[in-house]
Amino acid sequence: MSGADLLDRRCLFFTGKGGVGKSTMAAATALLAARTGRRVLLIEVDAKGDIPAQFEQKAVGFTPREVYPGVHAMAMDTEASLREYLRVSMRVPVIGRLGPLAKVLDFVATAAPGVKEILTIGKIMWEVREAIEGRAEHDIVVVDAAATGHIVAQLGAADAIQELVDVGPLRDQTRWVSELLGDPDVTAVNIVTTPEEMPVTETIELVARLRAEVDVPLGVVIVNRVLPELFTRSDEETFEALRRPEATEVLVSQAGRGAVEVLDAARLAVSLRRTRAVHLDELRETVELPLLYVPYLFVRDHGLRVTRMVADALGAELGH
Amino acid sequence: MSARPASGRSTTLEQLFATKEIVVCCGSGGVGKTSVAAAAALGAATRLGGKTLVLTIDPARRLATALGLDGIGNEAHRVPPEVLKTAGLEPRGELWAAMLDTKQSWDDLVRRHARDPETAYRILENRLYTNLTARFVQSHDYIAMERLFEIHASGEYDLIVVDTPPTRNAVDFLDAPARMAEFFGGRLLRWLTLPYRVGGKRSVKMINFASRPFYQVADRVLGSKFLEDIAEFFLNFQSMYEGFVERAQSVERLLHDRRTTFAVVTTLEAAPLYEAEHFCAVLRDREFHLGALVLNKTLPDTLLDPEGAAASAAFADRAGPIADALAALPDHALADTARTARVLRTVAESYANFSVVAMREAELRAELARVPDVVVRVPGFEHDISDIASLLEICDALFVDS
Repeated sequence: MSGADLLDRRCLFFTGKGGVGKSTMAAATALLAARTGRRVLLIEVDAKGDIPAQFEQKAVGFTPREVYPGVHAMAMDTEASLREYLRVSMRVPVIGRLGPLAKVLDFVATAAPGVKEILTIGKIMWEVREAIEGRAEHDIVVVDAAATGHIVAQLGAADAIQELVDVGPLRDQTRWVSELLGDPDVTAVNIVTTPEEMPVTETIELVARLRAEVDVPLGVVIVNRVLPELFTRSDEETFEALRRPEATEVLVSQAGRGAVEVLDAARLAVSLRRTRAVHLDELRETVELPLLYVPYLFVRDHGLRVTRMVADALGAELGH
Repeated sequence: MSARPASGRSTTLEQLFATKEIVVCCGSGGVGKTSVAAAAALGAATRLGGKTLVLTIDPARRLATALGLDGIGNEAHRVPPEVLKTAGLEPRGELWAAMLDTKQSWDDLVRRHARDPETAYRILENRLYTNLTARFVQSHDYIAMERLFEIHASGEYDLIVVDTPPTRNAVDFLDAPARMAEFFGGRLLRWLTLPYRVGGKRSVKMINFASRPFYQVADRVLGSKFLEDIAEFFLNFQSMYEGFVERAQSVERLLHDRRTTFAVVTTLEAAPLYEAEHFCAVLRDREFHLGALVLNKTLPDTLLDPEGAAASAAFADRAGPIADALAALPDHALADTARTARVLRTVAESYANFSVVAMREAELRAELARVPDVVVRVPGFEHDISDIASLLEICDALFVDS
């Protein structure tokens, strides 16, 4: 895919190393989708409250709540997901809290890899299926998914269950999850990174692991916090000339002692950009996925204004 | 060890480290925990002497190479003195480094606690076990602390600096030992494995199983074969119960011990800082020793200097005249006044941009409510942290005398 048709998928996952701005990108994409008239369900998997914070809203629960016109957000809750599953799919009536069953779930989840993950991915894909079949209040599901360390397990949970469970309803019911998840017309797993060493390394490793271990279509790589290129080559020559003692002396006499600090700051900006360019090059050469760039935002605040700015930048990259 | 403070509280990292045996570095993802942990260990080895070990979870490849950790398993390796000498260091002590191999550590644990080799074998070969240890990062939580305990108990090192695993939540790993103990000691486990133990042999079938409402539901959801697999696995695992719980409790005690301190690492960005503050509060509430707060990757204060702002404004407002003045110099790169003016405006804009971020950092720093005795600031470096020389830069910032 080119990235241009990203919003045509029904199910968009956003993952990445902690701290790179995964939640911001998921929120900005949701905002962008809402701008194009799509009704969005935005799911926060880690339930840390990062998603509502992007819209300056208070925490959301398992029941979706509108956090922005056209965007409903919900937080994943595996116990609630299990109850819903038992009620809707297994027709087991569950009244009140699960109590001991929740503890058993915790226990089984630790013991049996994939149970917690399948409840998460199952709920997500169930919402996707509802959207496809026109039964939902939303057209597209955007997921602020687990970080790079957990995402493979999460995406591979349905397959893992089928590997471990030989027969039974769980096996049957994980099959459609795998199918939807693997459909390139439906799903895209997107990776958020910054042009720094560890995030780039993790992205490259994650792409390789996803390709090797799970059957999911990869979407785009979003590079966040890209520093601006300050100078062309000839301009940089002039900048270097400004830093020579005679020139700096002139600058100090013209603009005061602070001129040195201003030059130093620019040099820091130039070399930061240069260090990061190396990582960007490596990323570009290795992942073979469309790259979208979101500039470093030199702003003081965070919240809705920043989410809007990021959405603008993403929109421009997607050709909107 | 030397440099012990005469009395009272530590005000520098050096004093703090001199009184401790374990330093746990924690913080949210992307803040540079691993680099800070490595630099802190390097600092301890060079300044305090003795044997210092850095136990790291997942270092950047070039950093691992720099520390001589390439392709090693669970074993600790000494960072070759020549490597340190090349960087101009004359360390008083030894720097050792080890990486955490989760799978290997779990296997070791099973071998240690299983009642006989056959049980150990059955556990190690169980497909649930393989999945559990290889596939799931959560198992990092406990095993990192377990390894720390093991290394500390060996008595080989004067100081151990440990980098914590990437968890969903920075405090998750604190609960890991208790969770482990509860898990193996819990009624739940006995309950689930009951149908098997009643018959005394693993081959006893599902008769009791199906008679309980819970099993009926579980059976419908999971399938009985799967449940049986799980129960069998845990029956084996339970044979290690006593050793395991005792161990988990020892790990917990060690984290609470006065010889252990925590260093919270954060950047001056809203989200990591929020998490760091939360983490500091949790550590205090639960009576862990919060020793230091490391503000990493910070911008220089020169960006907040009014004189810098004034010069930046002058560059922008009077770019033309200043360029004319520069053209008088015998430098061909300054001959084109239009170009020089453009560069001056760009430089001014860049300063203004970074000043905004520096201001945001300063505000966040000012808002920091309760901080530990030692707060250190580490600048953001323009290059990657990939060799001893760059670790040394962090180190110098960490160990600055306040």
